[in-house]
Amino acid sequence: MALTDSSTGQPSLAAQATGVEIAGTTPLRRRSVRPLPLIGRIVLWLVLIGFALLFLYPFAWLLAASLKPRGDVFDNSLLPHTILLSNYAEVWKQLPLVSWLLNSVAIAVIAAGLVTISSSLVAFGFAYFRFPGRKVLFGVVLATMMLPGAVTLVPQYLIWKDLGLVGTWVPLFGMNLFGSAFYIFLQRQFLLGLPRELFEAARIDGASYLGLFRRIVVPLSLPSFIIIFLFEFQASWNNLQGALIYLNGGGPSGFTVPLGISYAMTTFSPTNGGHGDYQYVMVAALLVTLPMLILFAFAQRYFIEGIATQGRKG
Amino acid sequence: MTAAQVVGTDPDAERIRFLQRRAKRINRREAVAGYLFISPWIVGFLVFTLGAMLYSLVISFTHYNLATGLARPAGMENYADLLNDPNVALSLGNTLFYAVLAVPLEIVFALMLAMLLNRVGRGSGFFRTIFYLPKMTPAVATASVFLLLLNGNSGAINDALGFFGIQGPQWLIDPAWVKPSIVLMTLWGVSGTMVIFLAALKNVPRDLYEVAELDGAGPIRRFFSITVPMISPTILFNVIVLTIAALQVFDQAYLLFWRDQGSSAPEASLFYGVYLFQEAFRTFNFGFAAAMAWLLFLIILLITLIQTRVSKRFVYYEAENS
Repeated sequence: MALTDSSTGQPSLAAQATGVEIAGTTPLRRRSVRPLPLIGRIVLWLVLIGFALLFLYPFAWLLAASLKPRGDVFDNSLLPHTILLSNYAEVWKQLPLVSWLLNSVAIAVIAAGLVTISSSLVAFGFAYFRFPGRKVLFGVVLATMMLPGAVTLVPQYLIWKDLGLVGTWVPLFGMNLFGSAFYIFLQRQFLLGLPRELFEAARIDGASYLGLFRRIVVPLSLPSFIIIFLFEFQASWNNLQGALIYLNGGGPSGFTVPLGISYAMTTFSPTNGGHGDYQYVMVAALLVTLPMLILFAFAQRYFIEGIATQGRKG
Repeated sequence: MTAAQVVGTDPDAERIRFLQRRAKRINRREAVAGYLFISPWIVGFLVFTLGAMLYSLVISFTHYNLATGLARPAGMENYADLLNDPNVALSLGNTLFYAVLAVPLEIVFALMLAMLLNRVGRGSGFFRTIFYLPKMTPAVATASVFLLLLNGNSGAINDALGFFGIQGPQWLIDPAWVKPSIVLMTLWGVSGTMVIFLAALKNVPRDLYEVAELDGAGPIRRFFSITVPMISPTILFNVIVLTIAALQVFDQAYLLFWRDQGSSAPEASLFYGVYLFQEAFRTFNFGFAAAMAWLLFLIILLITLIQTRVSKRFVYYEAENS
């Protein structure tokens, strides 16, 4: 299996952690093909700008619609004729949006924190220690990544129900105590990028195995910890099905973001005898998207690096 | 006199034996520590994966009563119902149709974007950021926006089509357009696949293109003779992952069509994941839902195996270097 990062052309996070390369720099990369002639470059840029506009359009539409009066939502103009900031106040009043955001943040932080710790403990076990069955067990880890979640949906619900935890937050992050296959894989790749002598030297100095984890793995793994934390945070933030199963019984103020928006879509849709106040749905959708976009603004390279790693599981 | 006795009398051999014994003890300690470190995963796997799957297998042969927690033996009834219930075949057909439509389009679109980004050089980071934004958008937000963009009468997409003189369809009502609607939303968020392709493209050695160009290979020839074979493991990976995801499609279909239990949804939008969810958590038909889950598992396993087997002929693996 290839070490962490020979293939993105970016310095590997492990290399950065050990100070071999400086964070944030990309080593001079040879262009994969001879540069295009000018006319080709112009066409390429025009095509990319066209796609960029297509990708951005729904965001612009969403922002515009969130500011429009009810009757103007479907005029599809990106510049509202009348700007109604009161939509935001109205949504604030009608929906427990703050509760949804707080619930989601709390659950996402717990879920992400737990899975980061548990996955890196397990990954350290697979990366450093030699024990019989290691290869087979790691193969099983990789295989579970391909297991469709729908298959274990019902029995997992029954397990949580038998434990009396349905309706609490626990089922939404409880599994994260046990590590998660992709993160174990990612962290193991990262640890294999660290020189083994680092660990051996600390062993000779009398460090225990847990000491190795605390004094070497944790401080050096910050980049991969961030990746794992961010990915799980996002997954938790988007977890609609889990919330539908485990939280739907309670009142709206106990909802998470996805469940709340789903609820708002129904509440404000005309088919449900509501008024068809889509501008309110747009406000809510915008407000729950914003935290993720802000997160991305600050941590883009970790998201990209994490995704790119996914393609290297072979 | 046996060898052991000879060794036993030699002080050097004594030392070696001592060191070997100690090494063995350390090895055993190391192994135990290793097992301890991976024990969270082992417990989770035994309970929530393997245990859960076996539990679901058992339940699938029962009629499970949620209120009492009692499971009445049902023999093969739930599995017979898989055949008798027309919604199973319907939702399976819808799901397979969706997967066949979505996966190739996602692959082609993502690869195309990745190749554009790979060629643009300076500026690729800027466009990559923009293309990635939809991936950061929660599915609920995406669905609520596309619900309006895809409105058949006054949605922005049909407005745009009208500008070109095309009469847009009733995306979310016309059964023929339900799946393309979801494909459209999926394509908007295709950037994860794109980033994986981009990483693979950067890994293709430039010399190959240079040699091919000297040999007079045009861009199309270079694409099919160099790019595709060199990134074929990544293509296979993406196909498998996207297929598994497509066969489990739930969020978009639920939000657009099945969220509101009071209103009727087009049959064409009943996907397997949605029907399984409804059987399990709306009608609490756990035995049947468990049987459905096992059928889905076997189907996904079969499809993945076929994909892997067929791909053997096309996928090119470089010699492993570690």
